[in-house]
Amino acid sequence: MSPAPSVTSQLVSQLESGELTSLALTQKCLDQIAARDSQVGAFLHVDSEDALSQAARIDQLRAEKRPLGPLAGIPVAIKDVICQQGQPATCASRMLQNFIPPYDAHVITRLREAGAVLLGRTNMDEFAMGSSCENSAFKPTHNPWNLDRSPGGSSGGSAAAVSAEMLPLALGSDTGGSIRQPASFCGVVGMKPTYGRVSRYGLVAYASSLDQIGPFAQDVYGAALLLEAIAGHDSRDSTCVPRDVPRYAESLDRPLEGLRIGLVREHFVEGLNGDVEAALREAVEVYRSLGATIVDVSLPHQKYCVAAYYLVASCEASSNLARYDGVHYGHRAAKFDGMIDMYATTRGEGFGDEVKRRIMLGTFALSSGYYEAYYLKALRVRRLIRNDFDKAFEHCDVIASPASPTTAFPLGALNKDPLAMYLMDIYTISANLAGLPGLSIPCGFDSSNLPIGLQLLGPPFEEERLLRAARMYERSTNWPRRAPR
Amino acid sequence: MPEPLTEQQVLRVAALARLKLTPQEIRTFAPQLNQVLDYVAQLNEVDSENVEPMVHAIELSNVLRSDQTAPSLPREAALQNAPQSDGRYFLAPPILDVG
Repeated sequence: MSPAPSVTSQLVSQLESGELTSLALTQKCLDQIAARDSQVGAFLHVDSEDALSQAARIDQLRAEKRPLGPLAGIPVAIKDVICQQGQPATCASRMLQNFIPPYDAHVITRLREAGAVLLGRTNMDEFAMGSSCENSAFKPTHNPWNLDRSPGGSSGGSAAAVSAEMLPLALGSDTGGSIRQPASFCGVVGMKPTYGRVSRYGLVAYASSLDQIGPFAQDVYGAALLLEAIAGHDSRDSTCVPRDVPRYAESLDRPLEGLRIGLVREHFVEGLNGDVEAALREAVEVYRSLGATIVDVSLPHQKYCVAAYYLVASCEASSNLARYDGVHYGHRAAKFDGMIDMYATTRGEGFGDEVKRRIMLGTFALSSGYYEAYYLKALRVRRLIRNDFDKAFEHCDVIASPASPTTAFPLGALNKDPLAMYLMDIYTISANLAGLPGLSIPCGFDSSNLPIGLQLLGPPFEEERLLRAARMYERSTNWPRRAPR
Repeated sequence: MPEPLTEQQVLRVAALARLKLTPQEIRTFAPQLNQVLDYVAQLNEVDSENVEPMVHAIELSNVLRSDQTAPSLPREAALQNAPQSDGRYFLAPPILDVG
């Protein structure tokens, strides 16, 4: 079988050859948004005029034969949690409904340097807390494959926009699976880089030790190109590691020799949907046919991931979200009785239910008398989870797993049951706790024609290995070429 | 199994978090919080006696930079999102009763 052509690489060469202008491409994206987004609801804000003028500028520079960046003229959507100067960054919260950032996040600076056309701001779960995109204060996003279904979350808007071919690339953020799970639900490629690979400067913080920005794309090449543009050191984020960024897009088509794929014993448990498991096993057979060996590995503390995560993330959230006090930016209550009441009323009005729940859980777990039993305990288990991965990666190069235990669930199915919603993250959460890179790539469809995602996890800073492994699979299948109608 | 939180305790946590909740929210959140606390109690099965807490995935220490001044946000930009400002400062309600 001849390899499936990469949509994004075709786009890049058409722009380079002049066959396609950025203006035409951007207009095509805006037309698709106009045609589909009233149903999908992927975007919170689209600034067409600004996007078209960025595109025209790139076309002008190209006509003048000026040097251009690797994303020159390509439209990219931005999750509404990443600050972009002069455009709203609401985090899908009433708290920040009128917030306009006065500065660019590091990744936005990098995208501008790379020549990308920043096209719009995508919907999400409020402050990136959620797995369904229903916690947006403004509207839910619908899955382009079936409008009654969730696109996943929290980066559901970015995933849906790329899936519905509104544009080729988007940025999301992933704290417990918020890129990989929506990528799997929407049938696109999504990647969470290693903690420290991409600067968090200008990313509105949810859980700072877990948050990472990463790419969504229609294919692996697009994800590689976008990651390459945003990765690398930034002194404004002291956790961003000073380490060279490989040329991910260049090495992509070099297959990995002697690849060892780990399958985790503890992943095959109750709750894993049969179609999802079958698709995973078929994907593993594709790798076997490409010369990979399949290794059985164990992550003994896997079953504790969700518990450890919701404590660590909520504790960090309760601290991070203390900044919304109605003084420096964001909502302030109209009526209150003194300073303390102003804080409490402002926060009571500005935050939605899930954000309140997590702030409460975190505040409780950090409070006097409970800190040891909850927060420190979770951090100890976190280390054991990381140790499990270190041991597993002595026996395999990448771990293959489902991205989510099910395909896209119906909107409204889980949003009254927070714990059931949290359990949707069981396969993605451990990578955040351990700081590992992970991606989701389409690997089939269930009996209701909903996309299934294959998750690949690697050791820290092995994004190149993950992308090459994903490309090996993509080249030998036809999944990524299908799109929702 | 931990003792479930009472609505009174939930109110106390809300006060610590500076969140004004409605009686309806307290009634909804109390059982939901208890359900999650029950769930996370399974961490007690894990022997972590001699395990160091892991605060960060990439354990860096002493990230130093040279002490150089750089431009900061212009005042106007820093104040542009303030709920209340006099153009020079952020305005907040009085903290002390000055009688």
